[in-house]
Amino acid sequence: MKFRTFAAFVAPSIVMMLIFIAFPLVTVFLNSFRITQPVVEQVEVETCTAGFLEQTCTTEIKTQPVLDAAGNQVTTTEWVGWLSYERVLGLAAMGEALAEGAWAGILNIDFWKALRFTLTFTLITLPLVIGLGLAIAIAVNNAARSLKGPVIFVSLLPFIITPVIGALSIRWLFYGDGIVTALLEQWLATDISVAANGWAIEFLMMFYRVWHVAPFAFVIFYAGLQTVNQDTLESAIIDGANRWERLKYVIVPHLMPLIIFVALIHLMDAYRAFEEVVGFSSQAYRITLQWLTYDLLTPDDAGNRAISRASASAMLTMVGIMILLIPLLRRTWRDHHGES
Amino acid sequence: MHLRSMLLAGATALTATGAAAECAFDNDTPVKMLSAGFEAWKSVTDAMAECGNFEAELDQEFRTKQPAAFAADPSLYHLGGVSNGTITPLLNQGTVRPLDALVEEYGQHLKPNQLIRVDGQIMAVGMMVNTQHLMYRKDIFDELGLDVPKTYDEVLEAARVIEESGVVEYPLGMTMKSGWNIGQDFNNMFIGYGGWFYDDEGMPTVNTEAGVSALETMKALTEYADPEVLVSDSTYVQQQFQQGMIAMANLWASRGGAMDNAEESQVVGDVYAAAAPRAVEGGPPATTLWWDGIVVARNITDAEAEAAFRVAMEGINTEMVQESNDEAIWLIDGYQPNRLAEGAIATATTQPAPPSYPSTSQMGLMHTALGNELPAFFTGKRSAEATLAAVEEAYITAAKEAGLLE
Repeated sequence: MKFRTFAAFVAPSIVMMLIFIAFPLVTVFLNSFRITQPVVEQVEVETCTAGFLEQTCTTEIKTQPVLDAAGNQVTTTEWVGWLSYERVLGLAAMGEALAEGAWAGILNIDFWKALRFTLTFTLITLPLVIGLGLAIAIAVNNAARSLKGPVIFVSLLPFIITPVIGALSIRWLFYGDGIVTALLEQWLATDISVAANGWAIEFLMMFYRVWHVAPFAFVIFYAGLQTVNQDTLESAIIDGANRWERLKYVIVPHLMPLIIFVALIHLMDAYRAFEEVVGFSSQAYRITLQWLTYDLLTPDDAGNRAISRASASAMLTMVGIMILLIPLLRRTWRDHHGES
Repeated sequence: MHLRSMLLAGATALTATGAAAECAFDNDTPVKMLSAGFEAWKSVTDAMAECGNFEAELDQEFRTKQPAAFAADPSLYHLGGVSNGTITPLLNQGTVRPLDALVEEYGQHLKPNQLIRVDGQIMAVGMMVNTQHLMYRKDIFDELGLDVPKTYDEVLEAARVIEESGVVEYPLGMTMKSGWNIGQDFNNMFIGYGGWFYDDEGMPTVNTEAGVSALETMKALTEYADPEVLVSDSTYVQQQFQQGMIAMANLWASRGGAMDNAEESQVVGDVYAAAAPRAVEGGPPATTLWWDGIVVARNITDAEAEAAFRVAMEGINTEMVQESNDEAIWLIDGYQPNRLAEGAIATATTQPAPPSYPSTSQMGLMHTALGNELPAFFTGKRSAEATLAAVEEAYITAAKEAGLLE
């Protein structure tokens, strides 16, 4: 292809990537090292607010941002080095906990609490998604022709549902007097409160993620199964290989590149888990790194937002994903470039 | 919550196209409004829509949208629905305009009590007051021969009796969802014990005896509540009431109307309201006072502001109150307090009176710190002192980043 043609086709994509990925990434990176603050002053303010019958007026010293002549807030921006990272990581509190030998205390610091859950969540759901996806793919592949269509349709459903709605529907089955909980209560004749237990919420969050993502793995593996060399399979049968041996020595090796692909995508997605926290209102028990970033970025009632810490937290999440992906990327690299 | 507010917004958008029915003037300037999504706002915006060319967005997430939307030039909305908690960023950024001249011309009928003043200037027009107070099932209390509790010791005692009788699933409902709700629950109790959140320098003062007492009382109350309290918000407690699952709760006055809504509630006429209980004898009721009202954006033309203000006045007039009397504790002329308003009135007129929720930048940070750090105490991961120390630490970190502390 001529370079000009190539450039013409690639340019729009590169421009989009620059605008929507590279530029925000650079901004976030810079914001994590600087803090923009309003200039504030202490002023005495008399505020009269509505009481039920008459007003109550109070005079108090308030800290207010200074406004310039045009009525806009005056702000200062300062480069602060790694300060926001130290704050997100809770290094001071961590030092105290370590000095006291209270290891468990570290898990009360937001970042480490979120990291603990995010890692468990990612690493436990990974094999389940791959295993379940493969199982459905093989089951569909072996199903009678007339059944294939409906089975594919049903197994794809969870993937089509909007993530938050999917999470909410599972929440409604279990929280409060949800149908499943009510049935369990009747069956076991005890009072069950699913949302009062961290582990139960954690289990539901993982269950939801596997239920939601397994169809994606299934679609990929099912496509891969169509390209398995039938001659190799037949010779394996002649050699006396049973089902399990055929799966282990023929099918799985053939699907390996796809399994790595699904694993890569899942690691990236699961490490950024967010909708589970919102859908299951799990903040009191379990939070994820992505939720932490969101929480820092959400303005409170007074309009304060911790943009610098949110940026630092986002950068740390990105670094985390990269570390998780390294082993898989190295394997792919080796496969492509030989063992040298 | 999202779904509901979207439906509400959709419904109002539809009514907005309806004929200009009972409005005193024909509005030909497009006016847009952003407010919270509860029933009172729906009534008010419906009344405004009668003037024509009016569009309202009722969204429970309004608090996160409003500051940025009003800071735009021109502002994305002409009118805003605010409370004393959410007006802070608008005042801080100077994005709402003083209303003295407009009140002079079009707001002569407003009561002085409705004019929210900052340094003498009218910055908002109040329409209703709100507070968290004791709502209880009078039928259950009468049946068991219980007096209406006036202190939290009496609440605990009544809860014990109700639990033993087994008439409801849980004696108490609590709005302790992690985040804003649990923070507000602590605020109430902390104030009841005589605590205050920060000192004159803006340093936190919650890790005190009052703070520990507040947490311990809250913990004692949770024994009588649904074990899932950490995911239960005001709507959830309202539904627990409506479905006859609880006997009492410290709940928002604005939720009163829902108790008598026959379409949703199985306990119509059974729920009564009383003053918020005290935490200590002789102290103020353990709650805060709130008002809801309307502000006008700064970044719009004077003509638009005038039209917007006139439309707003149509929304909060006597006809609207007569139509929707039971939906809020209105400040507007013509309001007839009903059975469920008694609690809010008793709360506001108790001596010493509970304070208004403070509208300061520090309070926003403190509320967030409380909302994020308190759950660890209730899940048993941390002691009361360690939790309050963590709250102070989180507050200091946030205040330093926000430039409020050195």
